[in-house]
Amino acid sequence: MSGAETGTGHRGPVMTAHRAGLLGCHSCGRVWPETRTRCARCGAVLVPPDRRRLQHVWAWWFAGLILYIPANLFPMMSTQTFAGLQGNTESTIIEGVMELIHYGNYDIAAIVFVASIVVPIAKFVAIAWLAMVAGRPATTEQAHTRLKIFEVVEFIGRWSMIDVFVVAILSALVQLGFVASIHPGPAAASFALSVAFTMLSAQSFDPRLIWRGLPLRSRTED
Amino acid sequence: MSVIQGQYDLSTGEGLLACPRCDALHVEEELAEGETARCIRCGTVLAKPRGGAFSQLIALSFTSMVLLLGAVFFPFLEISRMGFGNATSLFGVALAFADGVLLPLVLAVLAMVIGLPVLRAFLLVYTLVPLAQGSAPYRHAATAFRLSETLRPWSMAEIFVIGTSVALVKVAGLATVHLGPAFWAFCALILVNLASRGFMCQTTIWDAIEDAGQKTDGREMVEVRQP
Repeated sequence: MSGAETGTGHRGPVMTAHRAGLLGCHSCGRVWPETRTRCARCGAVLVPPDRRRLQHVWAWWFAGLILYIPANLFPMMSTQTFAGLQGNTESTIIEGVMELIHYGNYDIAAIVFVASIVVPIAKFVAIAWLAMVAGRPATTEQAHTRLKIFEVVEFIGRWSMIDVFVVAILSALVQLGFVASIHPGPAAASFALSVAFTMLSAQSFDPRLIWRGLPLRSRTED
Repeated sequence: MSVIQGQYDLSTGEGLLACPRCDALHVEEELAEGETARCIRCGTVLAKPRGGAFSQLIALSFTSMVLLLGAVFFPFLEISRMGFGNATSLFGVALAFADGVLLPLVLAVLAMVIGLPVLRAFLLVYTLVPLAQGSAPYRHAATAFRLSETLRPWSMAEIFVIGTSVALVKVAGLATVHLGPAFWAFCALILVNLASRGFMCQTTIWDAIEDAGQKTDGREMVEVRQP
Protein backbone atom coordinates (compact mmCIF):
# COMPACT_ATOMS: atom_id res chain seq x y z
CA MET A 1 0.00 0.00 0.00
CA SER A 2 1.42 3.33 -0.93
CA GLY A 3 1.60 6.09 1.62
CA ALA A 4 1.01 8.81 -0.92
CA GLU A 5 -2.28 7.31 -2.04
CA THR A 6 -3.89 6.54 1.27
CA GLY A 7 -2.78 9.76 2.91
CA THR A 8 -3.28 10.22 6.61
CA GLY A 9 -6.50 8.33 7.10
CA HIS A 10 -4.70 5.04 7.66
CA ARG A 11 -6.53 2.87 10.18
CA GLY A 12 -5.03 -0.60 10.13
CA PRO A 13 -1.95 -1.77 11.97
CA VAL A 14 1.19 0.11 11.02
CA MET A 15 4.66 -1.39 11.04
CA THR A 16 6.91 0.72 13.21
CA ALA A 17 10.67 0.73 13.30
CA HIS A 18 10.52 -0.27 16.95
CA ARG A 19 8.41 -3.36 16.26
CA ALA A 20 10.61 -4.36 13.36
CA GLY A 21 13.55 -4.40 15.77
CA LEU A 22 14.97 -1.25 14.18
CA LEU A 23 15.71 2.22 15.39
CA GLY A 24 14.73 5.35 13.50
CA CYS A 25 16.90 8.46 13.72
CA HIS A 26 14.88 11.32 15.20
CA SER A 27 16.95 13.85 13.32
CA CYS A 28 17.08 12.53 9.74
CA GLY A 29 14.69 9.56 9.68
CA ARG A 30 17.27 7.00 8.55
CA VAL A 31 16.64 3.53 10.00
CA TRP A 32 19.34 1.49 11.76
CA PRO A 33 19.59 -1.85 13.59
CA GLU A 34 18.68 -1.51 17.26
CA THR A 35 22.23 -2.14 18.43
CA ARG A 36 23.54 1.05 16.85
CA THR A 37 24.00 4.08 19.08
CA ARG A 38 24.77 6.79 16.54
CA CYS A 39 23.28 7.59 13.17
CA ALA A 40 25.97 7.21 10.50
CA ARG A 41 24.20 9.61 8.18
CA CYS A 42 23.64 12.68 10.34
CA GLY A 43 25.67 11.83 13.45
CA ALA A 44 22.78 12.20 15.89
CA VAL A 45 22.61 9.93 18.92
CA LEU A 46 19.99 7.24 18.38
CA VAL A 47 17.49 6.96 21.21
CA PRO A 48 14.89 4.22 21.46
CA PRO A 49 11.35 5.40 22.26
CA ASP A 50 11.41 4.71 25.97
CA ARG A 51 9.37 6.12 28.84
CA ARG A 52 12.50 6.44 30.96
CA ARG A 53 13.60 9.29 28.70
CA LEU A 54 10.70 11.29 30.12
CA GLN A 55 12.93 12.08 33.12
CA HIS A 56 14.63 14.70 30.96
CA VAL A 57 11.27 16.25 30.16
CA TRP A 58 10.34 16.43 33.85
CA ALA A 59 13.73 17.82 34.87
CA TRP A 60 13.50 20.74 32.43
CA TRP A 61 9.81 21.14 33.25
CA PHE A 62 10.47 21.64 36.98
CA ALA A 63 13.39 23.97 36.28
CA GLY A 64 11.12 26.06 34.07
CA LEU A 65 8.30 26.06 36.61
CA ILE A 66 10.55 27.10 39.50
CA LEU A 67 11.93 30.04 37.51
CA TYR A 68 8.45 31.05 36.39
CA ILE A 69 7.61 32.01 40.01
CA PRO A 70 10.23 34.79 40.43
CA ALA A 71 9.48 35.83 36.85
CA ASN A 72 6.01 36.82 37.99
CA LEU A 73 6.86 38.16 41.44
CA PHE A 74 9.79 40.44 40.62
CA PRO A 75 9.51 43.54 38.44
CA MET A 76 10.09 43.08 34.74
CA MET A 77 11.12 46.70 34.32
CA SER A 78 11.07 50.00 36.14
CA THR A 79 9.97 53.25 34.55
CA GLN A 80 11.20 56.60 35.81
CA THR A 81 9.50 59.76 34.54
CA PHE A 82 10.75 63.29 35.22
CA ALA A 83 13.57 62.03 37.39
CA GLY A 84 11.16 60.24 39.64
CA LEU A 85 9.06 63.33 40.30
CA GLN A 86 6.11 62.09 38.28
CA GLY A 87 6.44 58.56 39.44
CA ASN A 88 8.86 55.71 39.56
CA THR A 89 6.96 52.57 38.75
CA GLU A 90 8.23 49.03 38.90
CA SER A 91 5.93 46.71 37.05
CA THR A 92 5.71 42.94 37.02
CA ILE A 93 4.37 41.11 33.98
CA ILE A 94 0.75 41.34 35.04
CA GLU A 95 1.10 44.98 36.09
CA GLY A 96 2.51 45.74 32.64
CA VAL A 97 -0.60 44.23 31.07
CA MET A 98 -2.85 46.24 33.44
CA GLU A 99 -1.02 49.40 32.46
CA LEU A 100 -1.58 48.73 28.77
CA ILE A 101 -5.30 48.16 29.39
CA HIS A 102 -5.40 51.35 31.44
CA TYR A 103 -4.05 53.34 28.49
CA GLY A 104 -6.49 51.68 26.11
CA ASN A 105 -4.01 49.53 24.16
CA TYR A 106 -6.23 46.47 24.29
CA ASP A 107 -4.72 44.60 21.35
CA ILE A 108 -1.14 44.96 22.59
CA ALA A 109 -2.31 44.09 26.10
CA ALA A 110 -3.84 40.94 24.66
CA ILE A 111 -0.58 40.02 22.87
CA VAL A 112 1.51 40.49 26.00
CA PHE A 113 -1.05 38.72 28.19
CA VAL A 114 -1.24 35.73 25.86
CA ALA A 115 2.52 35.55 25.22
CA SER A 116 3.70 35.86 28.81
CA ILE A 117 0.88 34.43 30.92
CA VAL A 118 -1.53 32.24 28.95
CA VAL A 119 1.09 30.52 26.77
CA PRO A 120 3.58 29.64 29.56
CA ILE A 121 0.88 28.25 31.85
CA ALA A 122 -0.83 26.33 29.05
CA LYS A 123 2.59 24.97 28.09
CA PHE A 124 3.33 23.71 31.60
CA VAL A 125 -0.06 21.97 31.72
CA ALA A 126 0.25 20.52 28.21
CA ILE A 127 3.79 19.16 28.64
CA ALA A 128 2.94 17.61 32.01
CA TRP A 129 -0.16 15.97 30.58
CA LEU A 130 1.71 14.66 27.52
CA ALA A 131 4.48 13.26 29.68
CA MET A 132 1.97 11.54 31.96
CA VAL A 133 -0.08 9.88 29.24
CA ALA A 134 2.87 9.09 26.94
CA GLY A 135 3.26 5.39 26.24
CA ARG A 136 -0.13 4.52 27.71
CA PRO A 137 -2.67 2.74 25.52
CA ALA A 138 -4.68 5.14 23.39
CA THR A 139 -6.97 5.16 20.41
CA THR A 140 -5.77 6.52 17.09
CA GLU A 141 -7.88 9.65 17.53
CA GLN A 142 -6.38 10.34 20.95
CA ALA A 143 -2.89 9.89 19.54
CA HIS A 144 -3.62 12.34 16.75
CA THR A 145 -4.90 14.90 19.28
CA ARG A 146 -1.83 14.44 21.46
CA LEU A 147 0.53 14.87 18.53
CA LYS A 148 -1.31 18.02 17.52
CA ILE A 149 -1.01 19.41 21.06
CA PHE A 150 2.68 18.55 21.10
CA GLU A 151 3.22 20.34 17.80
CA VAL A 152 1.39 23.42 19.05
CA VAL A 153 3.50 23.45 22.25
CA GLU A 154 6.68 23.02 20.24
CA PHE A 155 5.73 25.81 17.85
CA ILE A 156 4.41 28.34 20.31
CA GLY A 157 7.00 27.97 23.08
CA ARG A 158 9.58 30.32 21.64
CA TRP A 159 7.06 33.12 21.17
CA SER A 160 6.99 33.72 24.91
CA MET A 161 10.41 35.32 24.47
CA ILE A 162 8.59 38.43 23.14
CA ASP A 163 8.41 39.94 26.60
CA VAL A 164 12.16 39.70 27.13
CA PHE A 165 12.78 41.47 23.82
CA VAL A 166 10.24 44.15 24.68
CA VAL A 167 12.05 44.88 27.94
CA ALA A 168 15.42 44.94 26.15
CA ILE A 169 14.20 47.30 23.43
CA LEU A 170 12.42 49.63 25.84
CA SER A 171 15.39 49.81 28.20
CA ALA A 172 17.78 50.56 25.36
CA LEU A 173 15.52 53.07 23.71
CA VAL A 174 13.89 54.98 26.51
CA GLN A 175 16.94 56.69 28.00
CA LEU A 176 15.77 60.28 27.86
CA GLY A 177 17.69 61.43 30.88
CA PHE A 178 15.47 63.73 32.92
CA VAL A 179 12.25 63.05 30.98
CA ALA A 180 11.95 59.31 31.16
CA SER A 181 14.07 56.21 31.51
CA ILE A 182 13.35 52.52 31.67
CA HIS A 183 15.52 49.87 33.31
CA PRO A 184 15.17 46.10 33.16
CA GLY A 185 14.26 44.20 36.31
CA PRO A 186 15.41 40.80 37.60
CA ALA A 187 12.26 39.10 36.32
CA ALA A 188 13.52 39.51 32.74
CA ALA A 189 16.33 37.01 33.37
CA SER A 190 14.23 34.44 35.19
CA PHE A 191 11.47 34.72 32.60
CA ALA A 192 13.97 34.20 29.76
CA LEU A 193 15.40 31.16 31.53
CA SER A 194 11.94 29.80 32.26
CA VAL A 195 11.02 30.04 28.58
CA ALA A 196 14.31 28.42 27.55
CA PHE A 197 13.85 25.54 30.01
CA THR A 198 10.29 24.82 28.89
CA MET A 199 11.52 24.84 25.29
CA LEU A 200 14.14 22.26 26.26
CA SER A 201 11.48 20.29 28.10
CA ALA A 202 9.28 20.16 25.00
CA GLN A 203 12.28 19.28 22.84
CA SER A 204 13.24 16.34 25.03
CA PHE A 205 9.76 14.87 24.77
CA ASP A 206 9.79 12.00 22.29
CA PRO A 207 6.57 12.16 20.21
CA ARG A 208 7.04 8.52 19.23
CA LEU A 209 5.93 7.63 22.77
CA ILE A 210 2.48 8.97 21.93
CA TRP A 211 2.08 6.10 19.50
CA ARG A 212 3.72 3.39 21.57
CA GLY A 213 0.54 2.14 23.21
CA LEU A 214 -1.40 1.90 20.04
CA PRO A 215 -0.41 -0.42 17.21
CA LEU A 216 -0.88 -3.73 19.04
CA ARG A 217 -4.23 -2.57 20.28
CA SER A 218 -5.57 -1.67 16.88
CA ARG A 219 -4.31 -4.99 15.61
CA THR A 220 -6.41 -6.91 18.14
CA GLU A 221 -9.37 -4.70 17.38
CA ASP A 222 -9.26 -5.44 13.66
CA MET B 1 23.47 4.39 -2.33
CA SER B 2 23.70 0.65 -2.81
CA VAL B 3 19.98 0.08 -2.46
CA ILE B 4 17.90 0.05 -5.59
CA GLN B 5 14.77 2.12 -5.42
CA GLY B 6 11.95 0.43 -3.53
CA GLN B 7 14.22 -2.29 -2.13
CA TYR B 8 14.84 -2.47 1.54
CA ASP B 9 16.55 -4.60 4.13
CA LEU B 10 14.71 -5.19 7.38
CA SER B 11 17.85 -6.32 9.19
CA THR B 12 20.02 -3.28 8.43
CA GLY B 13 17.27 -0.74 7.85
CA GLU B 14 18.67 0.23 4.47
CA GLY B 15 16.16 1.77 2.10
CA LEU B 16 13.75 2.44 4.95
CA LEU B 17 12.63 5.66 6.55
CA ALA B 18 11.05 5.98 10.00
CA CYS B 19 8.71 8.86 10.73
CA PRO B 20 10.44 10.97 13.40
CA ARG B 21 7.07 11.73 15.00
CA CYS B 22 5.43 8.31 15.20
CA ASP B 23 8.07 5.75 14.21
CA ALA B 24 6.03 4.30 11.30
CA LEU B 25 8.26 2.56 8.76
CA HIS B 26 8.24 3.69 5.17
CA VAL B 27 10.09 2.46 2.11
CA GLU B 28 12.25 5.07 0.40
CA GLU B 29 11.31 5.83 -3.18
CA GLU B 30 12.07 8.53 -5.68
CA LEU B 31 9.66 11.42 -5.52
CA ALA B 32 8.86 13.79 -8.36
CA GLU B 33 9.44 17.52 -7.90
CA GLY B 34 6.56 19.27 -6.24
CA GLU B 35 5.22 16.08 -4.66
CA THR B 36 4.85 15.85 -0.91
CA ALA B 37 5.28 12.63 1.03
CA ARG B 38 3.39 12.43 4.29
CA CYS B 39 3.61 9.86 7.04
CA ILE B 40 0.92 7.25 6.53
CA ARG B 41 -0.03 7.30 10.19
CA CYS B 42 0.40 10.79 11.64
CA GLY B 43 0.53 12.89 8.46
CA THR B 44 3.88 14.52 9.23
CA VAL B 45 5.58 15.77 6.07
CA LEU B 46 8.46 13.39 5.38
CA ALA B 47 9.75 14.90 2.17
CA LYS B 48 8.74 17.67 -0.21
CA PRO B 49 11.41 18.14 -2.85
CA ARG B 50 11.14 21.39 -4.81
CA GLY B 51 12.90 22.14 -8.08
CA GLY B 52 16.13 24.09 -7.63
CA ALA B 53 15.62 24.18 -3.87
CA PHE B 54 19.34 24.01 -3.07
CA SER B 55 20.27 27.09 -5.12
CA GLN B 56 17.24 28.96 -3.78
CA LEU B 57 18.21 28.12 -0.20
CA ILE B 58 21.81 29.25 -0.81
CA ALA B 59 20.57 32.53 -2.30
CA LEU B 60 18.16 33.11 0.57
CA SER B 61 20.85 32.31 3.14
CA PHE B 62 23.16 34.92 1.60
CA THR B 63 20.29 37.40 1.58
CA SER B 64 19.64 36.89 5.27
CA MET B 65 23.38 37.24 6.04
CA VAL B 66 23.46 40.59 4.21
CA LEU B 67 20.30 41.77 5.94
CA LEU B 68 21.63 40.78 9.36
CA LEU B 69 24.94 42.53 8.75
CA GLY B 70 23.01 45.63 7.73
CA ALA B 71 20.84 45.31 10.80
CA VAL B 72 23.92 45.27 13.02
CA PHE B 73 25.56 48.36 11.61
CA PHE B 74 22.61 50.62 10.80
CA PRO B 75 20.61 52.44 13.47
CA PHE B 76 17.68 50.47 14.77
CA LEU B 77 15.28 52.88 16.48
CA GLU B 78 15.39 56.50 17.52
CA ILE B 79 13.11 58.41 19.87
CA SER B 80 12.83 62.04 20.81
CA ARG B 81 10.80 64.08 23.24
CA MET B 82 11.14 67.63 24.56
CA GLY B 83 14.57 68.05 23.07
CA PHE B 84 15.85 64.84 24.59
CA GLY B 85 16.65 62.18 22.09
CA ASN B 86 18.08 58.70 22.08
CA ALA B 87 19.01 56.30 19.30
CA THR B 88 19.81 52.67 19.70
CA SER B 89 21.38 49.97 17.58
CA LEU B 90 20.86 46.25 18.00
CA PHE B 91 23.91 46.10 20.24
CA GLY B 92 22.33 48.80 22.34
CA VAL B 93 19.25 46.63 22.74
CA ALA B 94 21.30 43.69 23.94
CA LEU B 95 23.44 45.89 26.17
CA ALA B 96 20.31 47.09 27.95
CA PHE B 97 20.89 44.10 30.21
CA ALA B 98 24.55 44.93 30.74
CA ASP B 99 24.43 45.92 34.39
CA GLY B 100 24.34 43.57 37.34
CA VAL B 101 22.90 40.08 37.39
CA LEU B 102 21.31 40.40 33.96
CA LEU B 103 24.68 40.36 32.16
CA PRO B 104 24.34 36.80 30.72
CA LEU B 105 21.13 37.94 29.08
CA VAL B 106 23.19 40.27 26.84
CA LEU B 107 24.86 37.29 25.22
CA ALA B 108 21.61 35.34 25.03
CA VAL B 109 19.78 38.18 23.29
CA LEU B 110 22.67 38.82 20.89
CA ALA B 111 22.83 35.11 20.07
CA MET B 112 19.11 34.66 19.54
CA VAL B 113 18.66 37.78 17.43
CA ILE B 114 21.88 38.00 15.39
CA GLY B 115 24.37 35.23 16.17
CA LEU B 116 22.26 32.16 15.52
CA PRO B 117 20.54 33.44 12.36
CA VAL B 118 23.95 34.31 10.86
CA LEU B 119 25.45 31.01 12.00
CA ARG B 120 22.53 29.02 10.58
CA ALA B 121 22.73 30.83 7.25
CA PHE B 122 26.46 30.11 7.11
CA LEU B 123 26.02 26.43 8.01
CA LEU B 124 23.33 26.02 5.37
CA VAL B 125 25.54 27.59 2.69
CA TYR B 126 28.45 25.37 3.78
CA THR B 127 26.26 22.28 3.48
CA LEU B 128 24.48 23.13 0.27
CA VAL B 129 27.07 24.76 -2.02
CA PRO B 130 28.78 21.50 -3.05
CA LEU B 131 25.48 19.62 -3.09
CA ALA B 132 23.91 22.15 -5.47
CA GLN B 133 26.81 21.53 -7.87
CA GLY B 134 26.31 17.79 -7.60
CA SER B 135 29.70 17.18 -6.02
CA ALA B 136 30.73 15.59 -2.74
CA PRO B 137 29.81 17.56 0.40
CA TYR B 138 32.52 19.31 2.40
CA ARG B 139 33.91 17.66 5.50
CA HIS B 140 31.53 17.60 8.47
CA ALA B 141 28.64 18.74 6.29
CA ALA B 142 26.33 16.35 8.18
CA THR B 143 27.36 17.85 11.53
CA ALA B 144 26.94 21.35 10.12
CA PHE B 145 23.45 20.68 8.84
CA ARG B 146 22.39 18.87 12.01
CA LEU B 147 23.65 21.79 14.11
CA SER B 148 21.75 24.18 11.89
CA GLU B 149 18.56 22.18 12.43
CA THR B 150 19.11 21.92 16.20
CA LEU B 151 19.55 25.68 16.42
CA ARG B 152 16.42 26.42 14.41
CA PRO B 153 14.07 27.00 17.39
CA TRP B 154 16.66 29.21 19.10
CA SER B 155 17.06 31.73 16.31
CA MET B 156 14.34 34.21 17.10
CA ALA B 157 14.64 37.07 14.61
CA GLU B 158 10.92 37.01 13.79
CA ILE B 159 9.94 37.03 17.46
CA PHE B 160 12.24 40.00 17.93
CA VAL B 161 10.33 41.93 15.26
CA ILE B 162 7.00 41.30 17.01
CA GLY B 163 8.66 42.33 20.28
CA THR B 164 9.79 45.54 18.59
CA SER B 165 6.27 46.39 17.50
CA VAL B 166 4.94 45.78 21.01
CA ALA B 167 7.68 48.05 22.39
CA LEU B 168 6.87 50.72 19.81
CA VAL B 169 3.24 50.82 20.88
CA LYS B 170 4.30 51.12 24.50
CA VAL B 171 6.64 54.00 23.69
CA ALA B 172 4.27 55.75 21.28
CA GLY B 173 2.53 57.70 24.03
CA LEU B 174 5.81 58.71 25.61
CA ALA B 175 7.84 60.00 22.69
CA THR B 176 8.14 60.22 18.91
CA VAL B 177 9.73 57.17 17.34
CA HIS B 178 11.76 56.97 14.12
CA LEU B 179 12.32 53.57 12.56
CA GLY B 180 15.86 52.98 11.33
CA PRO B 181 17.09 50.84 8.40
CA ALA B 182 17.93 48.00 10.80
CA PHE B 183 14.26 47.70 11.70
CA TRP B 184 13.26 47.33 8.05
CA ALA B 185 16.07 44.85 7.51
CA PHE B 186 14.52 42.69 10.21
CA CYS B 187 11.09 42.94 8.62
CA ALA B 188 12.60 41.80 5.30
CA LEU B 189 14.32 38.98 7.15
CA ILE B 190 10.95 37.54 8.15
CA LEU B 191 9.94 37.28 4.49
CA VAL B 192 13.28 35.70 3.59
CA ASN B 193 12.84 33.14 6.37
CA LEU B 194 9.32 32.31 5.20
CA ALA B 195 10.54 31.77 1.63
CA SER B 196 13.42 29.69 2.93
CA ARG B 197 11.05 27.47 4.88
CA GLY B 198 9.05 26.81 1.73
CA PHE B 199 12.11 25.42 -0.04
CA MET B 200 13.49 23.52 2.94
CA CYS B 201 13.27 19.74 2.81
CA GLN B 202 15.52 18.08 5.36
CA THR B 203 15.01 14.57 3.94
CA THR B 204 16.20 15.67 0.51
CA ILE B 205 19.29 17.34 2.00
CA TRP B 206 20.13 14.33 4.17
CA ASP B 207 19.75 12.09 1.18
CA ALA B 208 22.00 14.32 -0.91
CA ILE B 209 24.64 14.31 1.84
CA GLU B 210 24.47 10.52 2.04
CA ASP B 211 24.70 10.08 -1.71
CA ALA B 212 27.94 12.11 -1.54
CA GLY B 213 29.01 13.15 -4.97
CA GLN B 214 26.85 10.68 -6.84
CA LYS B 215 24.57 12.24 -9.35
CA THR B 216 21.21 11.50 -7.77
CA ASP B 217 18.44 13.93 -7.28
CA GLY B 218 18.07 12.49 -3.83
CA ARG B 219 14.33 12.32 -3.72
CA GLU B 220 12.40 9.66 -2.04
CA MET B 221 8.87 8.42 -1.94
CA VAL B 222 7.42 6.66 0.99
CA GLU B 223 5.44 3.51 1.12
CA VAL B 224 4.23 1.62 4.12
CA ARG B 225 5.15 -1.94 4.76
CA GLN B 226 2.38 -4.22 5.94
CA PRO B 227 3.37 -6.39 8.89
